[in-house]
Amino acid sequence: MDWFPNFLVFALLGGLGIAVIAAPLGVFMVWQRQSYFGATLAHSALLGVSLGLFWEIDLTLSVLIFSMLIAFGIHQLAQKTQLSSDTLLGILAHSSLALGLATLSLQNTVQIDIMGYLFGDILSVTPSDLILIFAVGFITLIFYLYHWRDLLNITLNPELAQVEGTRVKPIQLQYVLLLALMIALSMKIVGVLLVTSLLIIPAAAARRLARTPEAMLLFSILLGISSVILGLLTSMSLDIPTGPAIVLVATLIFLLLLSKKAPG
Amino acid sequence: MSLLIKATQISHSFDENQVLQNISLEIHAGEIVTLIGPNGAGKSTLLKILLKLIRPTSGDVWQKSNLRIGFMPQKIQIDPTLPMTVKHFLNLGRTKSSTQPKSWKNHFNFSAHDTTEIQSVVEELNITHLLEQPIQNVSGGEMQRILLARALIRNPELLVLDEPVQGVDLQGQTELYHFINELRKKRNLGILMVSHDLHIVMKNTDQVLCLNQHLCCSGTPQSVSKSPEFLAIFGQGAEELALYEHHHNSSQCGHTHGSAPQATQNKERH
Repeated sequence: MDWFPNFLVFALLGGLGIAVIAAPLGVFMVWQRQSYFGATLAHSALLGVSLGLFWEIDLTLSVLIFSMLIAFGIHQLAQKTQLSSDTLLGILAHSSLALGLATLSLQNTVQIDIMGYLFGDILSVTPSDLILIFAVGFITLIFYLYHWRDLLNITLNPELAQVEGTRVKPIQLQYVLLLALMIALSMKIVGVLLVTSLLIIPAAAARRLARTPEAMLLFSILLGISSVILGLLTSMSLDIPTGPAIVLVATLIFLLLLSKKAPG
Repeated sequence: MSLLIKATQISHSFDENQVLQNISLEIHAGEIVTLIGPNGAGKSTLLKILLKLIRPTSGDVWQKSNLRIGFMPQKIQIDPTLPMTVKHFLNLGRTKSSTQPKSWKNHFNFSAHDTTEIQSVVEELNITHLLEQPIQNVSGGEMQRILLARALIRNPELLVLDEPVQGVDLQGQTELYHFINELRKKRNLGILMVSHDLHIVMKNTDQVLCLNQHLCCSGTPQSVSKSPEFLAIFGQGAEELALYEHHHNSSQCGHTHGSAPQATQNKERH
């Protein structure tokens, strides 16, 4: 396959992996109206890059660890504070993004491409990124096999779920940590500013096709995969950045399905 | 009568605000307990503590071991982006079967016994025609019956209802109270109910607890459903309702109650 360069294979596999992982996380984000939470996590992930540079540790590793810490922090904070979580998340999202950008620019001894982190650089996906993506994909699969019903019940009503014997808090925390992992890994694919769209748009579009939660998940996976493939092709043929191209394709699919009435 | 829940000297504060003060109560199998009180009296907080959803600042809640609770929340909001039929919603409420070998398939499959249990509850509550409807499309009264069905298919020993008649018309209230009373007789259920109305509680309630941060008083509601004034207001079919009135010294309890003349005859204990 000499005519098909390796980096394109990596890009495609990475993009597809992320699209598949995004689907189960994304549908629950839509059902629970948590899209702002995802945006906040994504924006704060940039701080992880900055801290990784500062301490001179592996950037992927520092983003992973930092995102999970932030996710844990917001999760705890949301349960304690009186502030409406919408306002709280709004403050956190933009202050952490600002802090991330500021600290990055202060470290002027290193030259890094901030644009790559903000909007993604799918062609820079390496084999070790792929291994991480598939590891997280595997963890996600196991988590959902065991907790699909529990997550649905928590979505319907957390108190009812708890009375019925669901371990609400540990499961919610695990969901949030998985979300942080997914966001950290998809930084290279679509960048921190566009990650949430990969979670939400395929799920929202899938609603138009599905009658059951399970069908919505399945359609969400298919639409995510289509967006990544078509986005990559569009990006190559029109010479536009890949991250925005993927998001635009997903949006186009969503708009096309919007004309269709949602079943039941 | 076997004891289901026993609360001992429960007190609870949110930050500096004390919402519950030194509350003790017991609920037995086959007994209907109604919790009434004005807004902000701590009814919901007490309910959450009894359900072990929150831990009280001080005091203890004892539950019979492996107590099966059927809980009917006050309201439930389901985002329209979640595609789900009423049937699917009810299925999610079934207990994961403990008799089958542990495997992930148990999360999707259930024994035949459960299905017949759902069938009979659905028929009793007259919601069969709703099963294929999206859960977001049903009316308030229908949702109430669906939530009750979900609580019942778990075959509970204790049924906890948080303001079950809120937003339900009088006809619906009467039917619901009748149904609950039949259940109690048939299954020997313990029933704990929160009522938003200070005056109208179920006739068959064994114990009315009036809460205003502390337990002001408790007693049996006196049936006044035969009185002409009552029938004039509520008309026929209101036999399941009764007025509950009581008096206590104002130094003990801050809220006011209506003062119907017959109320003075009510027995109560402080």
